[in-house]
Amino acid sequence: MAYTVRRPNLTFWEKIYLPNIVAGLAITFKHLRKMLQGETKVVMQYPEEKWDAHLPEYYRGAPTLVTDEHGRERCVSCQLCEFICPPRAITITPGELASDSKFAKVEKAPKAFEIDMSRCIYCGLCEEVCPEQAIYLRKDYAVTGENRADMVHHKDKLYELGGTMPGLVHKWNPEK
Amino acid sequence: MSTEVPLLNVQIDGVWLQFPKGTKVIDACSQAGKFIPRYCYHPKLSIPGNCRMCLIEMGMPKMTPDRKPVLGADGRPEIGWIPRPQISCAQDIAEGMGVRTNSPMVQECRKGVMEFLLINHPLDCPICDQAGECRLQEFSVEYGNASSRFLERKVKKPKNVELGPRVTLDAERCVLCSRCIRFMKEVAKDDVLGFVDRGGFSTIACHPDKTLESNYSLNTVDICPVGALTSTDFRFKMRVWFLKETKSIDVNDGLGCNILIGSREGKIYRITPRENNDVNGNWIPDSHRLNFKYIQAENRLAHPTVAGNEAHWKVAIAEATASLKGAGKLALVLSARLTNEEIYLAKRLASALGITVMDVVPRVGEPDGILIPADRNPNTTGAQTLGVTGKTPGARLKEIQDGIRKGTIGGLLCLGEDLLECGFTHDDLVKLKSLVASSILPNATTAAAHVVLPGAAFAEKRGSMVNIRGRLQRLNKAVEPAASARDDWEFLADLLAAAGATHALTSIEDVFRSMAQDEHAFAGLNLGKIGDLGLQLLPEVAGVNV
Repeated sequence: MAYTVRRPNLTFWEKIYLPNIVAGLAITFKHLRKMLQGETKVVMQYPEEKWDAHLPEYYRGAPTLVTDEHGRERCVSCQLCEFICPPRAITITPGELASDSKFAKVEKAPKAFEIDMSRCIYCGLCEEVCPEQAIYLRKDYAVTGENRADMVHHKDKLYELGGTMPGLVHKWNPEK
Repeated sequence: MSTEVPLLNVQIDGVWLQFPKGTKVIDACSQAGKFIPRYCYHPKLSIPGNCRMCLIEMGMPKMTPDRKPVLGADGRPEIGWIPRPQISCAQDIAEGMGVRTNSPMVQECRKGVMEFLLINHPLDCPICDQAGECRLQEFSVEYGNASSRFLERKVKKPKNVELGPRVTLDAERCVLCSRCIRFMKEVAKDDVLGFVDRGGFSTIACHPDKTLESNYSLNTVDICPVGALTSTDFRFKMRVWFLKETKSIDVNDGLGCNILIGSREGKIYRITPRENNDVNGNWIPDSHRLNFKYIQAENRLAHPTVAGNEAHWKVAIAEATASLKGAGKLALVLSARLTNEEIYLAKRLASALGITVMDVVPRVGEPDGILIPADRNPNTTGAQTLGVTGKTPGARLKEIQDGIRKGTIGGLLCLGEDLLECGFTHDDLVKLKSLVASSILPNATTAAAHVVLPGAAFAEKRGSMVNIRGRLQRLNKAVEPAASARDDWEFLADLLAAAGATHALTSIEDVFRSMAQDEHAFAGLNLGKIGDLGLQLLPEVAGVNV
């Protein structure tokens, strides 16, 4: 349906346009002066300077695997993260824990765990879906490599990045 | 349905329906679209009624003092509801019976049963192989509580127990439905499983002097509704939700059990039986279901070879035809493991090359009286129907051998068989001017052959086979053939073209269509018409019974 657009009723000073240009230029020159005098700073010299200390708690960096305070790798290779991963970055080869292992009750652990960081979109669904609190997105964002193979994080690298996370649910308590 | 079975009126959730007499209430409800959860009930086994999951509310018509049903305003009997729940699996329907499948009492019962079943359950779904196809998971979501009220210590039971060479038991996950016990007793006829201990400590165990080693033991894994019994072979290999399930048939014997091939990204992880009451029921022998590893063997024939050197398919086909044509009188030995389509093409190829002497290699073993017949070839009947062998398969092999020894036969085409296993000697093979062999795995024949054509295994191709009872069944493709190996019908069609015969076969459907035109047993059929459960092609032959 057609409708009429009402034009604004401009005052005389608005119509002559100049005062607003002057006001705008005043702001521009104020910032120019502050920059020249070093009062504001807009460029950070990355990578010499970094913003890492200011990353928020909820920051989603590279996904990593964690061990708990008992030294157990928390992943049991249920492959739910592999299933949920939208870009299919995760590949898990399930394996069986030896029966003489300290954590034999868990029975299962990944034989291989690969995350292709050239595919990862840092969505955090793997962390959300994990029933074992084993995978966490940490604050590493500078993932680099010289070729595609370099971009694949293998199990060792993932545990190195993830480290130990104490205080998680002690689900595989042998008493339970 | 024979007309002698009377139909009875049953009211299910307020709707009056008719079912044949003798139907179980649980089945009647399923047929009416009201699924009743169950653990212990299995249509092929006896009914113990011990899981209590299928509780429903039931009623019978109210009776007047002279035993006439009281009729309601709608002219239907008025139902007097029994004030306590009944199990629907051990109850036959009766005239005028009423069933409520979702009343508050039924919902409360299911919730209670689920809570009891989960009290001692370890809740280890992340490591359990059953996760994804577990009745306990499904019904817990559907009918159970969101959280546990149980604060006490759970009962400890044996875990990771080897019940037999192929089955692993985790007793903590068991819901004591006794399906495995009944299967071993009633179907496998090897009564080795049973319950031991009492109350909360009750557990499944094997007879102390025996193991669960029946050739049907893995069927207990299939029917186990939870993760208590798991396949040792499939243990921790892959989560089931990744598996693509392809409907196909087993090729280890003449029965052709219906199967599902579970594969992911071109790799086969497991084979499970598929229900077909005209063939194998719900079961399959262990030896058959585990016989798929060779498909992914390291030494698969991956490329065609000419005189031992890797060659392009075009070169190999041309070389094969040329060498056969220049070898004088020819013979054809083919496998009864080939599909009808491949046998049909081989037959056409034989006539194009002027081969008159041909036969299949018979393979017989001891029948087990359950599902394994004496004939261990999956398509002997198909080969007979197509006329490449006679009433006694393999009868002409001697003639071929004599021909080679006398020097009258100079060239041999061998499709999918190892000649050394059927009476030929290495000297015979060396004597041939031309030997062209197709195979999946290398063997003595491919080693001696001038041209080797790598073919596709049963899970890598489509086609049809006729089982010993004359039933036409269909194979489906689950994974791609290894490396440069090709579907057998493709290179047979190429050989046919190279031999000078003109044809317009560009797909397996074309081959079947052409076969249906030429072979009157297959007249009017196509691959689609066979269907997932197969169809009776020849008059029913009495064979092994399920």
